[in-house]
Amino acid sequence: MSFYVTYFFIAIGLFGFSALFALFGVYAERKVSAFIQDRLGPTETGKFGSLQTIADILKMLQKELIIPAAADKLLFMMAPAIIFIAVYLGFAVLPWGPGLAPSRLNLGLYYLFAVLSIETLGILMAGWGSNNKYSILGAMRSAAQIISYEIPAGFALISVVMIAQSLNLQTIAMQQGILSAEKPAFAGFWDVSQIGGIFAWNIFRAPHLIIAFIIYFIASLAESNRAPFDIPEAESELVAGFHTEYTGLRFALVFLAEYSMMFLVSMIAVVLFLGAWNTPLPNMGVVQLATWTTGAGWGILWIVIKTLALVGVQMWIRWTLPRFRVDQLMNFCWKVLTPAAFVCMLVSGIWRICLM
Amino acid sequence: MGNSILSGLSTAFKGMSLTWKHFFSSHKQRTILPASNDNYFKHLEGTNTIQYPHQQLPIPEVGRYQLDVEMDDCIVCDLCAKICPVACIDIESIKATEAIGQTSDGTTKRLYAAKFDIDMAKCMYCGLCTIVCPTECITMTNQYDRSVVKLEELTYQFSDMTPEMAAQKRREFEQQQAERQAAKLAAMQKKEEGQ
Repeated sequence: MSFYVTYFFIAIGLFGFSALFALFGVYAERKVSAFIQDRLGPTETGKFGSLQTIADILKMLQKELIIPAAADKLLFMMAPAIIFIAVYLGFAVLPWGPGLAPSRLNLGLYYLFAVLSIETLGILMAGWGSNNKYSILGAMRSAAQIISYEIPAGFALISVVMIAQSLNLQTIAMQQGILSAEKPAFAGFWDVSQIGGIFAWNIFRAPHLIIAFIIYFIASLAESNRAPFDIPEAESELVAGFHTEYTGLRFALVFLAEYSMMFLVSMIAVVLFLGAWNTPLPNMGVVQLATWTTGAGWGILWIVIKTLALVGVQMWIRWTLPRFRVDQLMNFCWKVLTPAAFVCMLVSGIWRICLM
Repeated sequence: MGNSILSGLSTAFKGMSLTWKHFFSSHKQRTILPASNDNYFKHLEGTNTIQYPHQQLPIPEVGRYQLDVEMDDCIVCDLCAKICPVACIDIESIKATEAIGQTSDGTTKRLYAAKFDIDMAKCMYCGLCTIVCPTECITMTNQYDRSVVKLEELTYQFSDMTPEMAAQKRREFEQQQAERQAAKLAAMQKKEEGQ
């Protein structure tokens, strides 16, 4: 029976983490946007405005849950839950450190990609259920965008899987450091199994994965509906897109899903390309930095730092680049990213056969 | 195709480096300088926006902001209400039985203001009322920041008379009128009798 307790404990822990991250993420986003635009952001609530998001969520919890009269009640009420749960389920297979993963699923990456697609369904339900032209437009755009961008993202991930020969995220993570069973080689020929560090990361083991990483990163921005791919929300055109009609807790849930999604896609990128929970510090002679900084605690620290850095880049991009037009978005996906991802996959195959 | 990808990457890089610079550079608090200062446009670089309630820009001396009326100086001539393009001033006057007193510039006051309301929600801040005022009792202040809970609170009431006082003054004036009328009648009768 006690393993059920562990399950619940881990599930609640992950939920708590994603909620805390959303609070931190909203605060960070507001501060980053403010500094980029020469403002100060929230400064009044708490020291440096640090309690601002807590005040916001308290306000949100007290608000009335309004269901529009013309809305499809069932779809409308279920949609935020489905949107959030789809993202939340994704956290189940992500490794946090050596031996630390909520679930050691052999088909980890496959499962992850499958559950993330459910989010589209939730967004469509929200858009259709709201019975509002802005919502349905946002939802249609979102569905078109997410389905399109899953293809380059998928092929970029497959090129990693072909190098790693596994769909298990913990196995892929293990290969990129000194704990690896097989010998990781920097750029295909320099054996770094004793050196580890940044040299054993996937993007350096097979340098064409740098391009795959960039493709995946761009596609992940589109999948989490963030600028410059935020046409589903497009404030200037669609009010707020698919979540126009949501209030209070339901709106908070949509927001929570968006920020959890940011963290999740960044974490996938870190696990597959940037060495997962492995340290960036290499062993150098007697200075065994990699050996000293590898372990369960260190693993959590490294993966959180790397993921937050990627989330930071997402925010930086959001407050810099303007929004794509719909046709530009599709052109970019089908004519640039998809062929490039195919080439990466091809190179991965040749790399695996010839150099590993 | 290749060119457009390259230009896309380079322009994205340009934008990203610009925002990166701003992210780290603009943390100085702005010092408040009037627009007449020579350094006015230079000191905007590398500073963040004005933290409004804590910091305020100096207001020009001739700035046109919210209206204020010095009731002791008002002779209730109604000129301001007549010139107002949006009719936001509402005045009700009562004639006094005698000269009430003098304004600070020596004009004799002969009217009471039972009502002197200015609807600041309607006011367009043109300042015409301040120009026509013969005693310069209606002025524009430097107050521009006012938020209220109810719309009625934006109607500023300047009259210092209570309704009872106004009613009493009205009665006194009517009584005086009636007395005068009576006196006039008496005088006319006397005149007729004299003929």
